[in-house]
Amino acid sequence: MILATRVPWVQTVLVSIMAGLLIAAAGWVQQVREGRFPPPPLGATSLSITSGSLVKRLTAGYNTLAADLYWIRAIQYFGGIRLKLADPSGTLTRGEPIPTDYDQLYPLLDLTTTLDPYFTIAYRFGSIFLAEPFPSGAGRPDLAIALLEKGLRARPERWEYMQDVGFVHYWWRQDYPAAAEWFRRASEVEGAPWWLTSLAAVTLAEGGDRASSRLMWQAIRESAEIDWLQRDADRRLMQLQAMDDIDALQAEVDRVGSSTDALVRTWEALRGPRLSGIPVDPTSTPYTLTDGRVALSPSSPLFPLPEEPKRLIPPAS
Amino acid sequence: MTATLLIAVNVFRESVRDKVLYNLVLFAVLLMAASYLIGQLTAGQDVRIIKDLGLAATSIFGLFIAVFIGIQLVAKEVERRSLYSLLSKPIERYQLILGKYAGLVLTLALNLGMMAVALYVVLVYMNWTTEPLMRAAWEAPALDPALLTAIALTFVELAVVTAIALFFSTFSSPLLSAAFTFALFVAGRFSADLRNFDQAVDSPAAAALAQTLYWVLPNLAQFDVRARVVHGLPITAGYVGLAVVYAALYVSALLLAASLIFSRRDFK
Repeated sequence: MILATRVPWVQTVLVSIMAGLLIAAAGWVQQVREGRFPPPPLGATSLSITSGSLVKRLTAGYNTLAADLYWIRAIQYFGGIRLKLADPSGTLTRGEPIPTDYDQLYPLLDLTTTLDPYFTIAYRFGSIFLAEPFPSGAGRPDLAIALLEKGLRARPERWEYMQDVGFVHYWWRQDYPAAAEWFRRASEVEGAPWWLTSLAAVTLAEGGDRASSRLMWQAIRESAEIDWLQRDADRRLMQLQAMDDIDALQAEVDRVGSSTDALVRTWEALRGPRLSGIPVDPTSTPYTLTDGRVALSPSSPLFPLPEEPKRLIPPAS
Repeated sequence: MTATLLIAVNVFRESVRDKVLYNLVLFAVLLMAASYLIGQLTAGQDVRIIKDLGLAATSIFGLFIAVFIGIQLVAKEVERRSLYSLLSKPIERYQLILGKYAGLVLTLALNLGMMAVALYVVLVYMNWTTEPLMRAAWEAPALDPALLTAIALTFVELAVVTAIALFFSTFSSPLLSAAFTFALFVAGRFSADLRNFDQAVDSPAAAALAQTLYWVLPNLAQFDVRARVVHGLPITAGYVGLAVVYAALYVSALLLAASLIFSRRDFK
């Protein structure tokens, strides 16, 4: 102790060690306390302020920074619910219910885009994940359209938003006249890709078809700025591929069945030059064959397949 | 002119020795470095977040520097009684005001320059570590020269705020000067609300008063081009030019008023 008073650095080291030990002891006591008296589960996410104009005033002009914070919050909220749905036992705290909707997603995206009307990715993210049915998304195509129309008021030159509105009408609402109208409007914007014109025409004339659907998902995939959008577009494209595979396999099953006048129940009946093993979907999961019907396996990551956009005019046979 | 220059250089030297200044700049630089980590939470919007946070930090910390040093420029001299020896020299009072202002604006320019360098360092790293395919999806390049336009307009805005702080410091206490300056800053950022006041109220008198205030109070929102720069939208030279001219006129008016008030003050 005499050394500590005479040599200042020794005193500093001793005091620092004592302070460190005390903090470590406090941490240990906290751990013991939380083991005996667990903290209550986190409450559901709630938005205290939902008015974008109020938040604008509170941020004193630093709107884009506030928009970034709300975007981070929207991403964390969406990803958090996805994780809880994928692994409830591993992610939910004790007593926390399994989420049943994404009710905060639209308010968060609305706030983000009110604070920064040029926030492109927020609109496009919303167009996909607001429209997708639960558990992939919020299941609210009306809100997806509302968000995109808000984006168009701020930036009427963004043909991508018009394309996305058309896509929501096409894929989720199967409202082909509305979809065609939005594709037409998008095609008239300077810089819009050439295929929007033909897409508008085909949609109006024939309704939904797989080729148009594939084109739109490929366009979304190529223009997507974040991984989630790209992965979702990839999944949809694989689902379309699976639908093509099922059609081709079903045609073969029907052909063999009509030639043998019996229901085809196993893949062995189809073995031949065109089919050497059990056919698999794009995720390498085998298709099922039950009583002459080919289907996607329920264990496939692509299950369930989407409701196919309906043709208004049947193809010429 | 020589006296003004000497005072400006002296203010600059004193300001760069101020610890508060170093702490503010250091904090801004750390925030910019941290923005790289924050960007990881944003699902592909990292370069956008870095730019937003960097430009906002430059503006906010520049504001603190402008206000907290600006309000002390005259008050400190009065408190230390060094003003009396200054005024006994053959310099005009307006030269003191102009010199103080020029010195602080020079300090601001240096600090904003340092923060701009820090921001670009983070963006260079971001650009270097990102794959070309991802870079192609950015709305604006990481090393976008337009960021300098945003920083330059932030500097012009802070030059106006500095003039406001200096104006209040010529007749008010530091605490009140800070309060008035911040109040005017917020009012200047939301001046558009004053312009559209007639849509919110029925009283023609109130609407007329709001309109008058709109034209008289400093319109600081025009210097905020961060959103446009971050999204790669163009900013014309005409827009920048008009904003700079507006700032120059407003600063001149404030410095004139400050010089007049200061010259009439009795320091006995």
